[in-house]
This record gives sequence, structure tokens and C-alpha cells, in this order.
Amino acid sequence: MALTIPDVMLARLDPLANWVRANSLWPMPFATACCGIELMATGASKHDIARFGAEVMRFSPRQCDLMIVAGRVVMKMLPVLQRIWLQMPEPKWCISMGACASSGGVFDTYAVVQGVDRFIPVDMYVPGCPPRPEQLIQSIIDLQEKIRQTGTLQGTEFGKRTEHMGPMPIHLN
Amino acid sequence: MAFDSIVTTLKAKFADVTTSEFHDNRRLVVKPAQLFDVLKALRDEHDFHMLFELTAADYLKYPKATDRFGVVYGLLNIQTGERVFVKTFLNEPDLTIRSAFTLWKGADWLEREVYDMYGIVFEGHPDLRRILMPEAFTSYPLRKDYPLRGRGERHNFPVITRAES
Repeated sequence: MALTIPDVMLARLDPLANWVRANSLWPMPFATACCGIELMATGASKHDIARFGAEVMRFSPRQCDLMIVAGRVVMKMLPVLQRIWLQMPEPKWCISMGACASSGGVFDTYAVVQGVDRFIPVDMYVPGCPPRPEQLIQSIIDLQEKIRQTGTLQGTEFGKRTEHMGPMPIHLN
Repeated sequence: MAFDSIVTTLKAKFADVTTSEFHDNRRLVVKPAQLFDVLKALRDEHDFHMLFELTAADYLKYPKATDRFGVVYGLLNIQTGERVFVKTFLNEPDLTIRSAFTLWKGADWLEREVYDMYGIVFEGHPDLRRILMPEAFTSYPLRKDYPLRGRGERHNFPVITRAES
């Protein structure tokens, strides 16, 4: 017997919005270095993030809701990263993929920012150099779980995060 | 050998050209004032038509150094595959040298990189500005007195919290 879908369904709005948003996270691939290759591999056919709702990787920030920072970010690129983040419409989340985006990785030099969470609000960190596609997929699953547990229809949970959660930039006196 | 004939010809024309050799690495050390003419002679008379390398070295912490900066030009003879390295030494405060842009167009970005990293100014260069570091950067990073982790320039940016973005 065929599955009968009722004509009218009742749901509460917040969980419904969370279910919709979690299962259709479209990534904005901010791939600067080697982690970008693993990001492409995750989007390819063997490990497929389209199974998890990331149907297209839009390269326009206006059309995305998940920014994946994959790769080391140098000081010349950081204003660009901040501009792309500000151009993304709400609701938006950020995954910092790999060691370099999370903490600077092996590149503790004058040009590489030691972790994008110093300047961008990050929701999920993926360790690895580079992380395997399965690790990135696990981070997307964890982000979906976070959205289901803490999301709201109006996006009020974002307005509550007023404090900077990452390491402080060094003060220059 | 061909290199020895090149050396004798150059020593006859220019004073103060010293040469050294190790395995197949042949170097000519010249004074900065003669550098452009030596490069031009190597290109026009001795067929070293390709400039494949233009870097600098900072000998500040080197134990037996006499000068601070060495600028190294690597030339290649395309027909025979021979390479020769031409080196000059510069000292502060006079870190200017004539640009090799009129001899080889490829020297354009190579000299911009040496300027960006060491602060050596190339006179006659059409567009001498930073190429790797941002324009507003004030130091020369590959000098030995510049720390590896920088002086805080890499973290001198505004912080964006989630509530305001």
C-alpha cells in the first residue's frame, strides 16, 4: 500500500524551521589552500555532501548559508574573508576546516592569521591537515544537530552571541 | 673551458670581477656599479639570454660576512644549458642598484619580490611596489632582524562578533 501523506500537518515553527535549514545547508566554499582539495573531494561522488543537503556549492555569498573556510588565511586575504562573511544573508554558519583555518596550522609566520576565529565567528572546527572527507561530513552532521537543538525561526540565537569567542588579537600599544 | 674564456674577457673589460667555482656552480662577484654592464655583456656577447633567478641574501647573522646584502642573478645559456650566477654585495644605507628590467622583462616581478622582502630599491624599475605583502606593510620580512612571527601585523584587524554580523 502506498504511503499516504496527509493533506494537513501540524508542527511547531521552531523545529520545522530548524529541520528545513539543517537539511538544506548550501556551502560557500572559501577554499584557499590544500583543504580546498579535500573540500572538492567531499563534494565529489565518492563522499557526497549533497546527500546531507548541500546540494550546490554556490560561489556567491548572497546565495549561501554555510561558509566553509578551508585552508590557511593570510593577512592579505582576511579583509576579503570578512567581507564575504558580511555579505552572506542570515541565517548563516561557519565551519573552520583544517588546522590552518582553526589555528594557523604549521604556518606560525608573519603573514598567516593564527586561526580565523580571531576575526570571524566560527560554529564548528574540523581538525586535520587536511581532514578526511568523512571528518568534514561529520562536522556537517554535528552542525545540523546544533541547528536542530539551538535554532529558532526568527534567528534570535545569533543576536545573543555578542561576545567574541576566539582568542584575542594581540593588543598593540 | 668556455667559462674561463668568459672570465678572462670580463676581467679584461671590468676591474674587480672575482670568480669562484664549486662542482658546476660558477659564480662571478662584481661591484654594484658594474653589475648592469656585466649582465649586459653576459647577455649580448656570451649568449646568456635567460634570467632565471633574482634573489637576495641577508648576511647579518653570518659569522664571516663582510657585507650585509648579496643580490644574486642567475643566468642561463639556452643553447648550451650553462648557468652562471652573478653576485653583488650591498650595504646600508645605500641599498639601491640599477634595475635589469631593460635587459630582461622577467626581472619585473623578480625585482619587486626582492624589494618587498629585503627593501633593496631598483632604480629604473617601471613599477616598484610590494608584490607579496599588502601595500600598507611597513617592514621587510626576510631580513634577519625581522622576527619570524612578525611584529603583530598579522592580527591587526577588526574583530567581527556574531551579533553584529
